[in-house]
Amino acid sequence: MFDVLRKSLKTGCLTEKLPVRDEAVSKAGTACQKEIARVFGKSMAVRMVDAGSCNGCELEMHAVNNGFYDIERFGIHFVASPRHADMLLVTGPVSRHMQAALKRTYDATPSPKLVIAMGDCAACGGEFGVSYASCGAVSNVIPVDAVVPGCPPTPLQLLEGILTALRRR
Amino acid sequence: MNKIVNQGQLEAPTVDALVDLLNRSGVPTTDVTEIKGRARTVAIESKLWGKAAAVASRHHVRWSAVWGEHRPPEIYVTAALAGVNGHLLLRTTVPDVGGELPSQTPYYPAANRPERYLHDMFGVRRFTDQPDVFLDERRWMRHQAWKADQHPLLKSFPVAGKPLDETPPDCEYVFVPAEGEGVYEIPVGPVHAGIIEPGHFRFNAMGEDILSLEQHLGYVHKGIEKLAEGRDVHGLARLAARVSGDSTVAHSWAACQACENAADVTVPKRGLAIRAILAERERIANHLGDIGACCNDVGFPFALVQFGRLRELWQRQNATVFGHRFMMDVVTPGGVTRDISPEHVTLLRDGIAQLRRELDELLPLLFEYPSLQDRLRTTGILSLETARRIGAVGYVARASGECWDLRRDAPYAPYDKVTVKVPHSVEGDVAGRVHVRGEEIYVSLDLLDSFLLQLPTGAIKTDFHPVKAACSGIGLVEGWRGEIVSYVALDAHGKVSRYFPRDPSWLTWPALEALIGGVIVPDFPLCNKSVNGSYSGHDL
Repeated sequence: MFDVLRKSLKTGCLTEKLPVRDEAVSKAGTACQKEIARVFGKSMAVRMVDAGSCNGCELEMHAVNNGFYDIERFGIHFVASPRHADMLLVTGPVSRHMQAALKRTYDATPSPKLVIAMGDCAACGGEFGVSYASCGAVSNVIPVDAVVPGCPPTPLQLLEGILTALRRR
Repeated sequence: MNKIVNQGQLEAPTVDALVDLLNRSGVPTTDVTEIKGRARTVAIESKLWGKAAAVASRHHVRWSAVWGEHRPPEIYVTAALAGVNGHLLLRTTVPDVGGELPSQTPYYPAANRPERYLHDMFGVRRFTDQPDVFLDERRWMRHQAWKADQHPLLKSFPVAGKPLDETPPDCEYVFVPAEGEGVYEIPVGPVHAGIIEPGHFRFNAMGEDILSLEQHLGYVHKGIEKLAEGRDVHGLARLAARVSGDSTVAHSWAACQACENAADVTVPKRGLAIRAILAERERIANHLGDIGACCNDVGFPFALVQFGRLRELWQRQNATVFGHRFMMDVVTPGGVTRDISPEHVTLLRDGIAQLRRELDELLPLLFEYPSLQDRLRTTGILSLETARRIGAVGYVARASGECWDLRRDAPYAPYDKVTVKVPHSVEGDVAGRVHVRGEEIYVSLDLLDSFLLQLPTGAIKTDFHPVKAACSGIGLVEGWRGEIVSYVALDAHGKVSRYFPRDPSWLTWPALEALIGGVIVPDFPLCNKSVNGSYSGHDL
């Protein structure tokens, strides 16, 4: 126990003004907070849906929750159910096998809701496009408010994408 | 401890001895030289397909993969078997209409899902002449996006398919029921609660205890093999880099290795060393993330924060040196796209030393923390016997004492010039898997140091010259999850006519089903994370 406390104290607070393009991103985070207050109240709950991703985007979603980015400080929280969500963060080209599940998840999310297509695959089909197995871009299946390009988008690009979606409301 | 380990993979015959065994046991073989790479290929009669597996399974040979290739009017079927020093590829042919093969599943449970997949994609039916064996007749990858009599990897099937506007949900898949007083079912997925990939788990439980788990995968099937057809090797590399995002380096290396073997392209030594540096960095990043996540699943967020911190710093260094946090698309046919400058060698070596110092402090803390270990030990045990029977690979197998590792067993350059230690455990529980992965980070750090210190001079890539005739090759790479098998066939114009990547997850997903009996429902996420199969790498 003592070792754990000592290590925690020694590590200190990791959460930093984001290191790359520092000012732009701090600004993006704070701007997000302001927009969230306007659109949803105090915070925004996000449900992620992997509709066919390679798992790269998911790893960066984990990253925005690590100590460095700590997206919760901007009032953005990942939740377990679409019924608790204000925003759907959808990744992957939509595989045909996930088409029905994605639509049902969308329907289960209460309005007003936002949908972000995260990553090149979700934005335009990416390497996979439309085929016997894939519906391509998320917008081919459900309405999309904003896309975040990148393969995968970095944590910073993701934050900026969320801001773009909020500003459109 | 060594004795237990030696009884497993080290008792397997060499590839040549296996061919002798087959010939002596009534399975005559003919050598085939078509598939280039570090594996021997023999053709056998299709009616002896099951018998060959029976012979191999009696001698500790591991079953590794099966795949088809449509060359009208035949389907070429190839199975990979692993001996102590590498792979033997068995090849046979069946007609592309009404083709059938004796199943290898009665001798190798690992063949079950891949054979069902072979049927879904090529229409090759399996059967058995073993009277007491039940063969699962259910589809595996096919949901409702194409019909039962359609097989997407036949050349006559168009890449666009004939999809409906809306593909219906796959509600009719029949799960094996469990009955009895107090037994209930828990359906989970495809959309899960956490930030993870989609798949369906069907639990049978009684009280808190899980009686059985059945997986239903295929939700992220996006037609990777079909999409590869007609691409050039560079297009294939981009696709391979997206088979499973967490294994982008390993999969692109395996695919490029297969292309390079097929076309007889020699990658410069410096390019190979950089590939190994990328691969070890990928291994470390994933091990760091998962160690933290496993501990977090039993309510120990301290580890999540600390290991998340180490992983983030590691990924930032990837971005600085290789231009991408996951080092995606750095491996390219003929070599790599990014060189490492002397300044970056210093930067990377400093990062290695720093990570080693951190781990020296953090790992003992985890391994000795009583309330954490209390939850990890004896949870989700995969016995050595089961690991061997189901043919598990990677850290899942090694944590149960079955120590396959291509980097040591059948080393490919540059691993042929170094000694690769293979950490193992005999416990087979979650603690064992976490422990083995911790130890593997140290092995990778040592390897990184040695590759960086002895970085060969010269070019990082060579031109991938155009091929003159149709050719094929095999790629074999030890990814962080375990062995990756990649098969590539190129046509006379250098375009891909067949690509098959076999992610190690095919061999570790069944391990999760095997180890979950008797585990309490709340420990499922922990057990799942400790195995960490790839959905995308499996579903293709």
